[in-house]
Amino acid sequence: MAKVKGDIVIDIEKCKGCELCIEACPQESLETSRQVNQKGYLYIVKIEDNCTGCVNCALVCPEGAITVYRKVDKKKEHVAKITNVTKDINITVNE
Amino acid sequence: MKELRLMKGNEALAEAAIRSGCDAYFGYPITPQSEVLEYLSKEANVRTGMVILQAESEVASINMVYGAAGTGKRIMTSSSSPGISLMQEGISYIACAELPCLLVNVNRGGPGLGTIQPSQGDYFQSVKGGGHGDYKLIVLAPSTVQEMSDFVKLSFELAFKYNNPVMILTDGALGQMMEKVELFEQQERKTNIEPWATVGKPKDRERNIITSLHIQPDKMEEINLKLQAKYREIEKNEIRFEETNCEDAEYLIVAYGLVARICVKAAQLAADKGLKVGVLRPISLFPFPYEKINELAGKVNGILDVEMNAGQMVEDVRLAVNGKVPVEFYGRMGGVVPTPEEILENLEKKLAGGKA
Amino acid sequence: MNEKRMIEEDQHFEDVIAEESICIQENIVYEKPDTLTDTPFHYCPGCGHGVAHRLIAEVISELNIQEETIGVAPVGCAVFAYNYLNIDMTEAAHGRASAVATGIKRVLPEKYVFTYQGDGDLAAIGTAETLHTCNRGENVLIIFINNATYGMTGGQMAPTTLPNMKSTTSPFGRDIATMGHPLKMTDLVAQLPGTYYVTRQAVHKPGNVRKAKKAIMNGFKYQKENKGTCFIEIVSNCPSNWKMTPRESNKWLEENMIPYYPLGDLKIPNVKEN
Ligand code: SF4
Ligand code: SF4
Ligand code: SF4
Repeated sequence: MAKVKGDIVIDIEKCKGCELCIEACPQESLETSRQVNQKGYLYIVKIEDNCTGCVNCALVCPEGAITVYRKVDKKKEHVAKITNVTKDINITVNE
Repeated sequence: MKELRLMKGNEALAEAAIRSGCDAYFGYPITPQSEVLEYLSKEANVRTGMVILQAESEVASINMVYGAAGTGKRIMTSSSSPGISLMQEGISYIACAELPCLLVNVNRGGPGLGTIQPSQGDYFQSVKGGGHGDYKLIVLAPSTVQEMSDFVKLSFELAFKYNNPVMILTDGALGQMMEKVELFEQQERKTNIEPWATVGKPKDRERNIITSLHIQPDKMEEINLKLQAKYREIEKNEIRFEETNCEDAEYLIVAYGLVARICVKAAQLAADKGLKVGVLRPISLFPFPYEKINELAGKVNGILDVEMNAGQMVEDVRLAVNGKVPVEFYGRMGGVVPTPEEILENLEKKLAGGKA
Repeated sequence: MNEKRMIEEDQHFEDVIAEESICIQENIVYEKPDTLTDTPFHYCPGCGHGVAHRLIAEVISELNIQEETIGVAPVGCAVFAYNYLNIDMTEAAHGRASAVATGIKRVLPEKYVFTYQGDGDLAAIGTAETLHTCNRGENVLIIFINNATYGMTGGQMAPTTLPNMKSTTSPFGRDIATMGHPLKMTDLVAQLPGTYYVTRQAVHKPGNVRKAKKAIMNGFKYQKENKGTCFIEIVSNCPSNWKMTPRESNKWLEENMIPYYPLGDLKIPNVKEN
């Protein structure tokens, strides 16, 4: 059975912790972290592994801080649990 | 082949705009310069494709000039004193953003709504800034209809040479009077694209931004220093003036624009009486011919500055003379044009001690 | 970077390295458009300006018109818009953006020209320029951010401030008897024959963001038809001066702003027959 899997990467240094993405997420995947970024904002992290890649969070993000990925996976599920990392670190993972 | 025509000053100026390959004119009607917009509306677009737009106000006009000049094309506006006052904010932006363009002020009598008759009451406004902040326009003052035409071409050359707005400061009488004028040949419309112009960012260059906003004080000071260095360069290269019988003059009259012509007549009347009077006419009001005046001050017994205002350029003349000889002023205001006779009378009374 | 966090992230790294990530280029369904520069916005957290900027950048990227677009920035919070949009831009004097855009468009009629203006800029000091630009039907796109306040100067009353709404210059609420009524510029310009497409949108919810983007897309596309001015109002928030959290501000926007400034198209081009 085809299954849609989504994931997001938040550029935590761009995030200003406005929480609009939290409000927009239908899956309640996001939460404010207890960490601050270099500018002193409490940035957002993904806490649930249920993202569908609906892009709602990215649409409302005033900072353009969210990149959304989506994959229709017909095989066994591979769910990446990447949360709380920057885009750069992810790229390293894949190499 | 020479192309001679009998034209009004304003029309000659408009014709020159078309011939200098001007790309666009944005303006608003105001006496005594509405002929410029009228002439252009009739002639310009059909002949060269020049854009002519009657704006809703002088405020809008100058900001259209700002936007259009930012594309690196030849852009102009014209107005008369109250309208030029309205434009001052935009002129300050244009000067700071270093955009070349031509501004024409057909000076009328003020202050306030004043009169539609000629005046030189906008000298300070034109050469000392006018708007906010430290900036300079290159200011050219024609005294004939011929110069109303020639200076348009010269203005565009100077504007693009220095990336600076140039103002032609003329007056209602020159705008309205008819004289013979030799027209220059039609110039090509501009095709080269200025490297700083906002025309759409190609892949291979950084984006161009036209702004006068620099929040950081040190950056803003840097911009100011750059502007000042440019103004010093202009002062070095672009001083223009005309001397009439200054060689062995006993007295000197300094006057610009239309008034200078009347003063030449006054000097002839003086010569008839045996008094040698020279006339120095600053053509560029910024940069101002300080050195020339200082040099002449060393050779004469006294200087009379004549203007159609309460005494504005006389301050620059006094700076130039620096106390070497007496500098007296004679002026008429409110749209009244002085006669040669009254100028001579004042020269005699104020300087020559009734000698003539 | 904060050392502690580095370590935490490294640990995290170990956890996930075994699993296959879907976060690879080919799976991207949404990312920051390349017409947006990497400069972080100076806007307050949760401010709608950021979304509006991003949508403009997305549209320019998707239409592939970066080389043909010239933007005009206003005076107000968005005065630095040119730092974020990777296109040629001119910064206009307060209120004069549409006159500046007129100047550009008249000498470069083939290019796309747009202004980005707030309510103070467009609907107070620049009312004359706005109305006349629309009335002449200049083929430019005007994007009007209405957040009912003067954001940059610190929350003074704007022409669009709602009745009874508090601001630093209407501390007891806007009294329409002495301070006048909120100015519905979008309704006004929709009456002018010079406008071609007039719409009012918002960017506080995902669905609204999608619609607003569509509108901006149309606004740019219609410029090629040379049929007149496109005018898009975006009803937005100002959490800082409304003195609310971003989430509260969007709720307030929904409950107060939108009833006064209802969303939707006020004028749409006639659909072509063939
Ligand atoms: S893409 Fe959708 S489901 Fe995933 S985090 Fe964002 S809003 Fe939530
Ligand atoms: S919407 Fe963007 S800026 Fe706001 S909290 Fe979420 S990621 Fe951070
Ligand atoms: S003051 Fe208001 S409009 Fe300005 S950036 Fe902050 S939230 Fe946005």
